Amino acid sequence: MQRLEGLSKLSGAERYLDDEPLEGTLKGCLWGMTVRSPASRGKIRQISYGSDFDWSHFVVVEPRDIPGPNETYLIENDQPVLAPGYVRHMHEAVALVAHEDRNLLRRAVASIQVEIDPDPPVLDFRIAPRPDQIQRGTDNIIKRLQIKKGDVHAAFANAYKIVEGEYETGAQEHVYIENNAMSAWMEEGPNGDVVVVRGSMQCPYYVLNALKHALQRDETRVRVIQAPTGGGFGGKEDYPSTIALHCALLALKARRPVKIIYDRSEDMAATPKRHPSLVRHKTAVAKDGRLLAQHIEVILDGGAYVTLSPVVLSRGIIHAAGPYFCENVLIESKAVLTNCVPYGAFRGFGAPQTIFACERQMDRIAHAVGLEPVEVRRINLLRDGQTTSTQQIVSGGTDRHALLDSAVRASDYDKHKRESEAFNKTHPYLRRGIGVATVLHGAGFTGNGEVYLNSKVDVGGRSDGKIEVLAASTEMGQGTNTAFTAIAAEAAGLNATDIVIGVPDTFRVPNSGPTVASRTVMVVGKLIERAIDDLAVQLGQNGKPLRGSALKAAISDWHKKNPGKELKGRATYAPPPNVKFDDKNYVGDAYATYAWGVCIAHVEVDLRTAAIRVLDFTAMQDIGKVINPVLAKGQVQGGVVQAIGWALSEEFKFKDGGMLNNTLTNYIIPTSDDVPPIRVIFHETPYPFGGGGAKGVGELPMDGPAPAILSAVAHATGADAKAIPLTPEKLLSLLPQNC
Amino acid sequence: MQEHFIPSPIHDRSAAVSIRFNLNGRDVDIPIDPTERLLDTLRYRLKLPGSKEGCGEGECGACTVIIDDLPANACLIPTFQVRGCKVRTIESIPASSLQPMLEAGATQCGACTPGVVVTANWIKEHSDVLASNTMRALMAGNLCRCTGYDGIIDGLEKWIGKPPGGRS
Amino acid sequence: MNVFMPNTLAEACDLCAKQPDLIPLAGATDLLVHWPLRQSEHDKSYLDLSKLRELRKITWAADSLTLGALTTYWDVLQDSRAKSEFPLLCESARQVGAIQIQSRGTWAGNIANGSPAADGVPVLMAYDASVTLTSKSGARSVPLHEYYTGYRKSVRRTDELISTITMPLRKYDFSVFHKVGARRAQAITKIGLAVTREASAAAPWRVVANSVAATVKRCPAIEQLLQSASPIRKPDDFSSAIAADVTPIDDIRSTADYRRTVLARLLYHSLNGVCPSVT
Repeated sequence: MQRLEGLSKLSGAERYLDDEPLEGTLKGCLWGMTVRSPASRGKIRQISYGSDFDWSHFVVVEPRDIPGPNETYLIENDQPVLAPGYVRHMHEAVALVAHEDRNLLRRAVASIQVEIDPDPPVLDFRIAPRPDQIQRGTDNIIKRLQIKKGDVHAAFANAYKIVEGEYETGAQEHVYIENNAMSAWMEEGPNGDVVVVRGSMQCPYYVLNALKHALQRDETRVRVIQAPTGGGFGGKEDYPSTIALHCALLALKARRPVKIIYDRSEDMAATPKRHPSLVRHKTAVAKDGRLLAQHIEVILDGGAYVTLSPVVLSRGIIHAAGPYFCENVLIESKAVLTNCVPYGAFRGFGAPQTIFACERQMDRIAHAVGLEPVEVRRINLLRDGQTTSTQQIVSGGTDRHALLDSAVRASDYDKHKRESEAFNKTHPYLRRGIGVATVLHGAGFTGNGEVYLNSKVDVGGRSDGKIEVLAASTEMGQGTNTAFTAIAAEAAGLNATDIVIGVPDTFRVPNSGPTVASRTVMVVGKLIERAIDDLAVQLGQNGKPLRGSALKAAISDWHKKNPGKELKGRATYAPPPNVKFDDKNYVGDAYATYAWGVCIAHVEVDLRTAAIRVLDFTAMQDIGKVINPVLAKGQVQGGVVQAIGWALSEEFKFKDGGMLNNTLTNYIIPTSDDVPPIRVIFHETPYPFGGGGAKGVGELPMDGPAPAILSAVAHATGADAKAIPLTPEKLLSLLPQNC
Repeated sequence: MQEHFIPSPIHDRSAAVSIRFNLNGRDVDIPIDPTERLLDTLRYRLKLPGSKEGCGEGECGACTVIIDDLPANACLIPTFQVRGCKVRTIESIPASSLQPMLEAGATQCGACTPGVVVTANWIKEHSDVLASNTMRALMAGNLCRCTGYDGIIDGLEKWIGKPPGGRS
Repeated sequence: MNVFMPNTLAEACDLCAKQPDLIPLAGATDLLVHWPLRQSEHDKSYLDLSKLRELRKITWAADSLTLGALTTYWDVLQDSRAKSEFPLLCESARQVGAIQIQSRGTWAGNIANGSPAADGVPVLMAYDASVTLTSKSGARSVPLHEYYTGYRKSVRRTDELISTITMPLRKYDFSVFHKVGARRAQAITKIGLAVTREASAAAPWRVVANSVAATVKRCPAIEQLLQSASPIRKPDDFSSAIAADVTPIDDIRSTADYRRTVLARLLYHSLNGVCPSVT
């Protein structure tokens, strides 16, 4: 099945929010802009509005205009909607301004001076804070988590070798090509006026909850509608709540529609990034290369507010021990508050950071015991029946050893390895190498997260016999609508043309949970199947579900008998049987299932410039049943290239905790000419509790490329790099002088 | 700050320059603000929002249009510079011709896509440029964050009618 | 904003003479970057040169190549002789931005903008280009390596416009261009190097580097080192000449140390086996 909205996107007909004329609900629309902090920490002494402007023509919102608590509703409501007299990071929102002339507005906002009495900020999460830098509890720690299995200390005493390493990863910006965009206007409803927000977002119900909380309105008086969304990657998971609030506050005060469209530099400076990490490994290894004990310490830069850091940390540590069996594991971790730009969700959600460290450590273990990198992984890969670090018994039927073997074959690993070594002996300045990474990714929310979410999906039987899927899960490019259509059509025994995907609108769709965590097809897809079953059973006789044309006819007939009424099938999440997680002690089934992957990278390093070029890349992925090969392949290829950027060039340059290089000229994502074709091979092991037999696909591709590439660079040059991005400037310092 | 917002008249700074050019085969003669970028003229004045703004700095190519038969970034062109020029936008490319791009997965989120298609269509119409340039080099002015570029390159190969690169 | 739109060079020169604050505009690819955010620049006055047809010419004479000031990178890439006579022009043009920039950006605009990272300038300088500055009162020719007087400063007076760029047709028996950017396309130069060796000349080497000083810069100490017979056995043997010629800095795109080291390595590997003293 082809992407539903594909031709509309290709021909430029798709209308994103900024494309819409200021007509209809946007008639008389004002443009909104944000006044931001020029400092990383301190008291706001004064906000001075430029004297060249007649401010009575502008709408200005300050914290006192917020009807409810000045809090952005999320895990802890510590992030203000507008800084309440005190700023905690660069570019934090301080005030809002709107006007109908966008250029005049830009000039007016530029005239506003925010004066700060500075306090000492925390800008390096790796260093313990001084007393005058403490801003949370006694130690600035946002969250501590631990995983404990067996007894690492005893195992270290009996080790053949102990390998230690310290690994770092940098912040990463999402660079969705559509910048953040939000609109808000007022409507009349049965219970009074309604604030309507429509914009680019991943999670309409997150936005709804944030609006309810800070505007002190119930869900009948706030309404959230997703507009076509040009990319998210996690970047539009939590921050759209803030922009929606900004837009709504301006619209409430102006009593006119308001649109906020970020330009690229504002989007890059102000919105959350991937958490930087520092991970320390100490591993006890047997002579044959078996892992005897893994002691891992994970530290995340949590940024200026809690945002999603506790759950990012959680996913991070659960993936920290990798897809390997080890009887003794101790993982200690913390997320630390700093005065850097808040970090949030980004594809992989903590796992790419800890997997990077684990995989680099595996290479160094291989070196320590004299094994080939593929071999050390083969020796340690989990087998069904063995347990993970949380003592989850691995099952599901994926043969990870076969996965590794077929990746080695498909990538011509041995041949490339031999040829690279021969090439390196003769070439004056080019060096080639090959590297591997084996990874896992837990699909869906961590632990009991899916149970707490209690997601719901409705399907509506329409009078024309078609079935409308009503879910809050959003299309942002990853193919939700196409995959849902295929799953619904299959479940109903109908054609794709008989399925309609409802626009995510909180007045119409139930909360199917956020569109994150590679959960959409697997978890929500399954709910669609069950909601259709529910509808099919309602219309069938004696509990026998109808399918196909009989179902379609029955839907039409029902409407003839019940004119004007709504026909719905419903489903609410039920966990797969025997999935249990103790989220206090981090013991048990951390995820209902895992996706598995092997990445093999072949690289070339130019010793003159220390530039690294990926020549060839193989991604072997077990994501359960593949619902749509073109879309799934596209997810993997896009994820791999995003990870190549994270590994090599996407260096986030900080100034006072803010982003200094907040332009696409200076934040370097790969172009088509920087990356090779990405060879994607799927190993399909259907997962019975996922929609259409699928597991998650979105995040797995982000996990393996960075360590595989650094492994290849090590093979090519001997440079044992432990931090990414491995820019040429950084690699140069690891290469011999006078290359 | 003020408690009540007093609406002001729209500041119309337009009509300072009148320019004429050919847009997608039709002549247009319009008054413009001299500070206007071609991208804004197309999107907001002429109501052709197919060209997107991804960066406003000539890096991402989402605003790619064809000016006098060459690709250019509409965000870097003052509108007054296209007087007398032939301008083609994504709106000039029929959706019906784009099936090969669709089948290869050339679009995901769609935000970079119109620019990608404009450049790709130009390459297709000038396929002799492929004698001295690779497709990946010619497409390098169009940043895409979703596809990893394979869908775009495969789609363009199919569109041009070149046999696919032999990759599984 | 005021914009003047002359149709001839003479008209343009008249305007420049009358209004010294006019900012000349050719491809506009530098001026319009982040344009909506740079509101204060909307209040300035501009001189749009884009329709001066007389300046959009590539002229091959018996002993020279002349690029009209509106010649774009793409124009040079389409010129069949350029590739054989001045291959570095094509190599650098191909690495400017991507096709969307190559089609609009001009060689003269690249010179006039005065960025030390200018992509087109090193190869022009390595080919010993000179710039014709035209004003109401006449025209003068300035060797490109004498054009810059400091960071974004040049000998061009406000009443002058760059009208042409001329390069002598000579026989070169070696030439090389390197652009080191953060990626293969759409990159701003971190280190650039253009080297030519003129066949049968008394002082045959021309070495030009960019992004390593306040201006694009010819490197006389490196040139002398190559001409001397002193042996160069490793990249670091270029270090003192590099230190004499350029003053790289740490900035948002790279580091001084990287720039120095890579410049030495590029020189060494490019000239190894080409320059007899480099082995």
